[in-house]
Order: sequence, then C-alpha cells, then structure tokens
Amino acid sequence: MTDAVIDGRTTPQAGVGREGMLGPYGSRLLHGWYATGGAADLDEHLRRYGPPPFPRTADAADRLVRAVEDAGLTGRGGAAFPTGRKLRTVAAGKGTAVVVANGMESEPASRKDETLLDLAPHLVLDGAALAAAAVGADVAHLCLPRTRRDQARALREAVEERRRPGLDPVPVLVHELPHHYVSSEETSLVRWLNGGDARPLATPPRPFEKGVGRRPTLIDNVETLAHLALIARYGPGWFRGAGRPDAAGTTLVTLSGALRTPGVYEVPMGRPLGEVLDIAGGAAEPLGSVLLGGFFGSWLPAGGALRVPFAKQDLAALGAGPGAGVIVALPARACGLAEAARVLGYLAAQSARQCGPCRLGLPAVAADFADLAWGRPGSESLWRLEDRAGLLAGRGACRHPDGASRFAATALRVFADDVRHHLSFGPCAAAGDEPVLPVPDAPAPDEREWR
Amino acid sequence: MAGTYSLGIDRIACDGYGLCAELLPERIELDEWGYPVVASAPLAGDALRHARRAVAACPALALRLDRATERVPDRQPAQRT
Ligand code: SF4
Ligand code: SF4
Repeated sequence: MTDAVIDGRTTPQAGVGREGMLGPYGSRLLHGWYATGGAADLDEHLRRYGPPPFPRTADAADRLVRAVEDAGLTGRGGAAFPTGRKLRTVAAGKGTAVVVANGMESEPASRKDETLLDLAPHLVLDGAALAAAAVGADVAHLCLPRTRRDQARALREAVEERRRPGLDPVPVLVHELPHHYVSSEETSLVRWLNGGDARPLATPPRPFEKGVGRRPTLIDNVETLAHLALIARYGPGWFRGAGRPDAAGTTLVTLSGALRTPGVYEVPMGRPLGEVLDIAGGAAEPLGSVLLGGFFGSWLPAGGALRVPFAKQDLAALGAGPGAGVIVALPARACGLAEAARVLGYLAAQSARQCGPCRLGLPAVAADFADLAWGRPGSESLWRLEDRAGLLAGRGACRHPDGASRFAATALRVFADDVRHHLSFGPCAAAGDEPVLPVPDAPAPDEREWR
Repeated sequence: MAGTYSLGIDRIACDGYGLCAELLPERIELDEWGYPVVASAPLAGDALRHARRAVAACPALALRLDRATERVPDRQPAQRT
C-alpha cells in the first residue's frame, strides 16, 4: 500500500481517484457526489481515493499526527479547535485511547453531517479508523441521532462491508443516541457511552483526559475525520491547496433562508460570505441580516457581513465564528425579533435542566424576548432582558447558556431598529409572518428521554 | 502564573443556596434565582484565605479553587453540528 504521509513522500498515492481529487468547484468530500449523483459504496470509494494508509508503527502514527498539525485542520463541528493538537494530547494521555466520531448534528439549521454520512460514509469511517490508529485507540464509536434510523442501518452495513476484507485495524461501533440539542456535546456523548444520559457533564475532567471508560478520548466531528482521511492520503501540502494559510482546506456549509438554491455545499475556507452565498444561487430577495453558526451562532447585518472572509480570525473580530458552517440569510422584510424569539424558546426548552442559571435563566430570557417580539414591552423590560442574557454566559456546565446569550445579544444589536419600532408601536406587521428560520417543534425532553 | 487561583463552580452540583455569597460577598453575588455570579479575577492573600473558607463551607461541594495554571487548555466551545 503506498502511503504519502506515512512514507514522508510528497507525491500522492496512486489510485484513479487522484486525478479527480479536486472535483467540480474544488470539491473534495463531495467529489463523489458531483461525479455520480449518488452515495459512494466501498468499491467506488476505494477506486476514487485508494485505500486508507493506516500507520503500522508508533513512528508512522506520529507522522500522521504531524501531518494533521501541518495541514492546519481545525474542527468542523463548531469549535474550530486545531485537530492535530487534540490528536497529540490524546495520544500522549494515560491509558489506551478511545475515538468518538460525532455525527449527532443537533443544530437544527445544519444538514452537512447527515449529507456527508449519506454520500461519503467510507470517508468518515476511514477518518475514524485512521484517527484511532494515530492516537493508539482500540475502538472507535460513531454516534448518530436516533431520529436517523435508515442512516444508522446504512452505516452499520458500511462497517460490515469493511470488516470482511479486514480494512479497519480497530472495531467501529455505530450508536443511536437521543436527539436533543445538547446531546451532541462532547461530555453528553461520553456520559451516554458510559451508560448514562446523553446530557452534559461538569468538567474537569475533560474527555481528552478521562472520557469513555475513563480513558483518554478523542471526539471529532465526522466532517473533521473525513478531512483527516484525505490528509493521511495526500498530505498537508495538498490540504493547504485550498483555503488560506491561516484557514486551510475546504469546509462543508449548510446554506438556507432567502437563497435561490439552498443546500449543503463544499467551499474553500476564507471566501467572503457573499461569495459563499453565491454558490447557493445568491440572495433570492434583498437581505437584511445573516445568522452565522445557526442556533448556537451570531447575527450579523447583511451589508458588512457579506464582505467578511469565512474564517475564524476574520469572523472573531465581529464576535462570530464559522460554527458548523451554518449560514442562514434573513430577508430584509422579515421580523428578526420574531425569528430570534422562536429560536430562544427552542433553546430554553432544550436545556438539560441540570444547572440553575440555564434551567431558570434561559426560559426567562426567552419569555422576555417573546414579549419584545409579540407583546407590548416597556424599555425597562428591554434592560432586564439585556441583563439576564448577559448573565447567562459562562454559568453552565456546558456552553448552552453561552450560545443562547450570544444569540440574544447579537439579535438585539442587529435588529436594533426593530427593537425601537416594537417598543414604540408594538409588534410590526412581519412579526406574524411565516418563519424564515425553521424551528423544530420539539417539546422539552422528558426526564426519561435522555437515555 | 503558578500559584494563583480562581474560583470555579460545578454548575450541576450547585444548588443555589447561596452560602458562598454570604461568606465571600466581595467575589460572589447571587442572581435573581439565588445562583452565584462569580468574579473571575485571580485570588491572592486575604481574598484567597476567604475563598478557601467559602469552598470548605459549600454544602454541595460545588465551589472549588482552580489553579490558574490548570486552566490551559481552557475548555473548548461546544461542538454544535
Ligand atoms: S448548562 Fe444547561 S444544557 Fe448545559 S449542562 Fe447545564 S443545564 Fe444542561
Ligand atoms: S454555596 Fe455552593 S451550592 Fe451554594 S450557591 Fe454557592 S456554590 Fe452553589
């Protein structure tokens, strides 16, 4: 088996796939889909990309970790944490490591992980097994939401398909977890895999120190692992052939809202937001704002935001981040306050109800916001809302309250004109319109629904 | 900064009774529901002694002192896909 990374060579390994490695529009992960319009089975996958180059020695494992570091790959699940650093920490941990592939995708405005797992399941499985080999893990767990029965079945079949030729060096187990907003948290996965609820745990210890079975646990988003699978084959230089030096590679995005052709796309990091939206056909009507990062994200005014590069550094300056690649385009005609109020109501209901500030603070903020959107609020209720939202950040075991706080604060800033209008005249005409941002009609999870 | 400490709270264990705010009013306030809001500045000297007393008094064992050096790597933002 040829092996670009492991042998330290820069030439990519053989395989019909190399030729078209960069598919139409620079696609890498979605290349197969552009080529065939369907999901890739194992044969097709191996024809396109060649077999995954598993490291067979400790040195080779270390070289794979270094390749991921040099590639500058960052987590595609929302945190954008350097993947190589995480691999190195887990590899150096005490005891045999465990790998967890996070395919939960609890973010309601995101579809990219589901899409990737449908279209290129073997790229994700390659990545999980390669990551396991890199950190010396003896098992990899793939976590999916219980709501996607068919996908879990397809993934189990894919794992079985790989088991027959003995492709993977470690067993890969597919799990179906409860589908709640905070069930995709790293500590929720660990807790569930250890036999408990899919609810966050207090930290420390962090999963990379003591996670599944109290062992060092590497938890990576499924898209991150798919990129890793290609870096292992083609090397860091190849990976950096797309994107920018400080924001390398491509990323999957879920584009929705007032766009001509909403959907999941693969784009190079660092493109201006406006160009990213153009891939989905551009705005279908005049835009007022964009929501970056979904329900866990930030609102930005459309005007300035469209010129900002889609990269952690540039977005951080605006108090935003690439998140999990979710971008929602809100038309200027929509009532941002009503849109935000619905989301905050959902986030409040999705609290795991373990921490006082989240259990009590989130519903209070959501109620204040609903009053602002549809009631007859006075300015003192706006101040109270700002105070309460400001107090949420950093006061939960997980980042759920931080996300809600940022979501509320950026909404109040970006929709300041609407706020003034609602305070003076009550709800605007658009406050009663059909929502642009679909909010799941999920009731608060029952105590027994977390296992 | 070896040797400096800051206050941390296990938010799941904390029952909001507010004893800590009574013992350490200079660092801890309570929100409208009685849950602590903690000033994040590092502790030293007298403040550190008072903080130790509050930590020992927390009935839920939720309040703790974190070494500032232990906070690297800080916890990562949540995965949210
Ligand atoms: S902050 Fe909220 S969602 Fe997170 S663990 Fe605490 S109660 Fe659950
Ligand atoms: S004394 Fe302990 S349990 Fe009570 S509010 Fe303070 S931290 Fe929470």
